[in-house]
Amino acid sequence: MTPVRVSIVGAIASVLLILVVLELVRGRRLKERYALLWLATGVVLLVLSIWRDGLNTIAGWAGVTSYPPAVLFAVATLFILLVLLHYSTVISKLTDENVDLAQRVALLEERVSRLRSPAD
Amino acid sequence: MNNARRLVAIVPAWNESGAIGGVVDEIKQFDPSIDVVVIDDCSRDDTAHVAESRGATVLRLPFNVGIGGAVQTGIRYARDEGYEIAVRLDGDGQHAASELPKILAPVEAGDADLVIGSRFVEAGGAYRPPLARRIGIGVFARLVSILGGQRVTDTTSGFVALDRAGIELFATQFPHDYPEVEATLVALRSGLRVKQVQVDMRERVAGASSITFVRSLYYIVKVMLALLVASLRRYPRLERASR
Repeated sequence: MTPVRVSIVGAIASVLLILVVLELVRGRRLKERYALLWLATGVVLLVLSIWRDGLNTIAGWAGVTSYPPAVLFAVATLFILLVLLHYSTVISKLTDENVDLAQRVALLEERVSRLRSPAD
Repeated sequence: MNNARRLVAIVPAWNESGAIGGVVDEIKQFDPSIDVVVIDDCSRDDTAHVAESRGATVLRLPFNVGIGGAVQTGIRYARDEGYEIAVRLDGDGQHAASELPKILAPVEAGDADLVIGSRFVEAGGAYRPPLARRIGIGVFARLVSILGGQRVTDTTSGFVALDRAGIELFATQFPHDYPEVEATLVALRSGLRVKQVQVDMRERVAGASSITFVRSLYYIVKVMLALLVASLRRYPRLERASR
């Protein structure tokens, strides 16, 4: 069985995560788009912390018999990996867009200076 | 040289103020009708000014984007300005303008869309790189040959000529760092006619090679991964410019 204290600490941590993310969105320091995965992480961890029978059942499915809270860690790790992977795709897209913009700036600057001095 | 055909020389340069002036002069002396475009990849020295003072058009990148991104800037310029043929020479002076006719001939004759100036087409060429680099070049060449379905011997060469089809392909897709190997495969898989010709290259005039020992491991792994995923991607077969 999951110790009660683990459930309480897990629930508090999940609620804190959700509150911090909501506050960041409220203050426009985090876009809703990137907050969603974090909120999902917080909600899933909160559910698994409070719903103790559920955690034990999932632990049984996963073959974790001695210490069900390990499933909590595993789920948290999985979600963090998802968030990081998502960010890697975002960074890759931004990099491509950045290079594209740099190239356009270089091309446009050359064209502007050419138009300004048609004598050359 | 045929002056009616518009020809542009794309010269990527990063901190090459010691060599770039000579490179521009050499191209212009070889054929004054060639438009020389130097892409300054946000150099810390006065590469851009030197190139401009020698009569080159200079494209200034606002931050360093790497050799592939710089070359692609030049290719986009060639596309936007309607050039028929583009050649690429490195800004360090290792590619001699006097070798240009060799890579230009197949493109001007309409026999190829991409011509790679190779150091190893014929056995017994003058160029003998260090063993480790020779092995690396050989492995890449073998891989691209297998995945691309055509035998190539030197996929790391930056001394190339492109026709309009090649310009349009690379203007839309070109790897941003260490681009040559992957670009060759992309060209083959897109149905471009790729040809290799034997050329001689010089030792660099000034500066240091961008491929240091520390970076070569990243280089090898990155290119391998790029080749693998490029061979899993679908590339639309390009319509060649009608002649």
